Amino acid sequence: MAIKVLHRKPLTLAERTYILPILSGLRITLRNMIKAPVTLEYPEEKPAIPKGYRGVPTLVKDPNGREKCVSCQLCEFVCPPKAIRITPGEIVDPANAHVEKAPKDFELNMLRCIYCGLCEEVCPEQAIVLQDIYSMNSETREEIVLHKDKLYELGGTLPDAHFKWDKKKKAADEAAHGGHH
Amino acid sequence: MAESADKLISVFVDGIEVKVSPGTNMIEAAHKAGVEVPHYCYHSHLSVAGNCRMCLVEMGTPGVDRNTRQPILGPDGKQVIQWMPKPTIACATNATPGLHIRTTSKIVKDCREGIMEFLLVNHPLDCPICDQAGECHLQEYATDYGRGYSRYVEDKNVKPKRTMIGPRVILDNERCILCGRCVRFCKEIAKDEVLGFTERGSHSTIACFPGKTLDNNYSLNVVDLCPVGALTSTDFRFKMRVWFLKETPSICTESSTGVNTTVWSREGVIYRITPRRNDAVNDTWMSDSGRVLYKQVAAENRSTAYAIEGRPVQAAEAVAALADTLSKAKGVAFLASGKSSVEEMYLLKKLVAAVPAGTKAVHLVPHVDKGDDFLISADRNPNTRGALLTGLVKGLESAKCESLLPMVQEGSIDTLVSLNECAGVCGLGREELKKLQYVYLGTHYCETSQYANIEVPLLTVFEKDGSFVNQQFRLQKFSQAVPGPEGVMSDRAFIFATLAKLGGKGPRNASAEAVWESMAADIPQFAGISFASIPAEGRPIDGSAFASQPFAEGKNLHFSA
Repeated sequence: MAIKVLHRKPLTLAERTYILPILSGLRITLRNMIKAPVTLEYPEEKPAIPKGYRGVPTLVKDPNGREKCVSCQLCEFVCPPKAIRITPGEIVDPANAHVEKAPKDFELNMLRCIYCGLCEEVCPEQAIVLQDIYSMNSETREEIVLHKDKLYELGGTLPDAHFKWDKKKKAADEAAHGGHH
Repeated sequence: MAESADKLISVFVDGIEVKVSPGTNMIEAAHKAGVEVPHYCYHSHLSVAGNCRMCLVEMGTPGVDRNTRQPILGPDGKQVIQWMPKPTIACATNATPGLHIRTTSKIVKDCREGIMEFLLVNHPLDCPICDQAGECHLQEYATDYGRGYSRYVEDKNVKPKRTMIGPRVILDNERCILCGRCVRFCKEIAKDEVLGFTERGSHSTIACFPGKTLDNNYSLNVVDLCPVGALTSTDFRFKMRVWFLKETPSICTESSTGVNTTVWSREGVIYRITPRRNDAVNDTWMSDSGRVLYKQVAAENRSTAYAIEGRPVQAAEAVAALADTLSKAKGVAFLASGKSSVEEMYLLKKLVAAVPAGTKAVHLVPHVDKGDDFLISADRNPNTRGALLTGLVKGLESAKCESLLPMVQEGSIDTLVSLNECAGVCGLGREELKKLQYVYLGTHYCETSQYANIEVPLLTVFEKDGSFVNQQFRLQKFSQAVPGPEGVMSDRAFIFATLAKLGGKGPRNASAEAVWESMAADIPQFAGISFASIPAEGRPIDGSAFASQPFAEGKNLHFSA
């Protein structure tokens, strides 16, 4: 390989005075000293999470407090890193017996999750939502495998646009009382 | 059914020529040509109802001049095809010579879209909570032949859901598309008329006749038959989505009928058993009692550990202990099981031959109960004929174990090896067994297994591969669906290892292939057969040498004694 020899340019007179380059450097320093900071004092300060952010997947309830997941296991099927494991079960509570199915356990392994959001996209009940939680850590492996209770605690309640199960129940009640059906 | 080639007629499905026997309907003819004609109510083993209208196709026949009876020829010199102006249902139209079928034309496509739209009008679309999702014809045909969007804005009909119509079957009337397969099954196959249609128009529903429930031993077949999720199984309800399940071909061990089955498992857990079509054995049916046999895998009394005198040991120690016991014995009796596979019986026969004892007896314990004249035969051993073919026992009568107790009492037998059979069935109790060296090999513990000097766990039919010979002398093989308990050798490997320890002659290794190589050379009826060559639907074996044996079976489906 050919070697190209470069020679350092000789300093100008102004540069050789030393004081001028120092002053121009100090000007940058002073400017940044009086400017507002661009970093956050994390963890005391938290960043604002933009809309559509893909944080930790959580399970949500509808405004009536009904758990939306019906354990259809589509998220378990679609999950690329196989982070989800559902044990399906039957609803015995008479208030929600018309929904028939709910997860007995919902296991979400956050060591595996890649935050791709396919579970949210595939969910026919809009029950699993990637919300604004970005920090998920623990001291043991067991702790970071989230179960149903924890997932509902993280998810909370989200507004519902359809209330399709309530409509279904209403139609059934009307039919039972001699409605037009 | 033997189809003689000269009686076959030519049918043209979308231009593809196929030869079918006269009387074949258009769905089967199209199937033979590799063309799917979607259908709900038609089922190959039930009568034709023709009420779903999904199989509408266009049909044309070669033109014949009415006056002269001469073929009408087109300009190209070929006979003109006269197409019917309206579509016709493929299930109820039989093939005629030169019949033409169109399944891809605009009119057929429009018909299918229309039928799908009508079926989906009142369908609840609760696929997320429906057990049928993944194997639902409504889902499949909606994707393949539906219009893809709904024009229906009115309220859907409300019908009863979650109705128990029998101890094992749940009915969801909203999902029902009124194909009537279940009604026809009860009437024609189960001969137990329970289900019927009631109400009119879009309020039509399936219901049980007053005072009746669907509780016969074949009720779960309606769950398989149901093309949608209207009839579902209580046992499989909300257990697992079907798309996670692995299908393994197996054979039902309930009786010597040898019902062909599919075992559905996921990650080593079996979730259900369904029948596998075999028109020579079980058509497409299976008993409810056979479907729950998978529960034996995780049963409470399942034997999973080797033990010598109650002390847990590794498999190799148990092999050595058994070989040692057998080599020291003066008189050995073997209680063989008709539940063992052909391969295991053959290896056991080799083991018996290798035992140096002076007195040797092999008994085959019969398990005979009342047959149901359909798919449960009187002989509840799935492989009685395998024991005869392999030469493990010479005859069924002489193999009975009545002579065992006197032999034990007089002291000519000092060692008893029982394989999946409880010594209790031969009249041996604690007192007799304590006197003996008793080796118990079994999948489950039984009331006498606690007196065993050596305990050996065996695998269930779901955890091993092998073959059975059913009542028709049909050799049928089964595959391994799930792994056995940790550290447990396969039955074949255990017998083979003991045989090797005793220095006996046998196959080159314990694999099914090797055992079959050896059997094909040894047993004239098995000549030329390898394990891999046994087809999925089984293979008839010449059983004429055993015609005089007192088999227990009476007449049942596809079998007469």
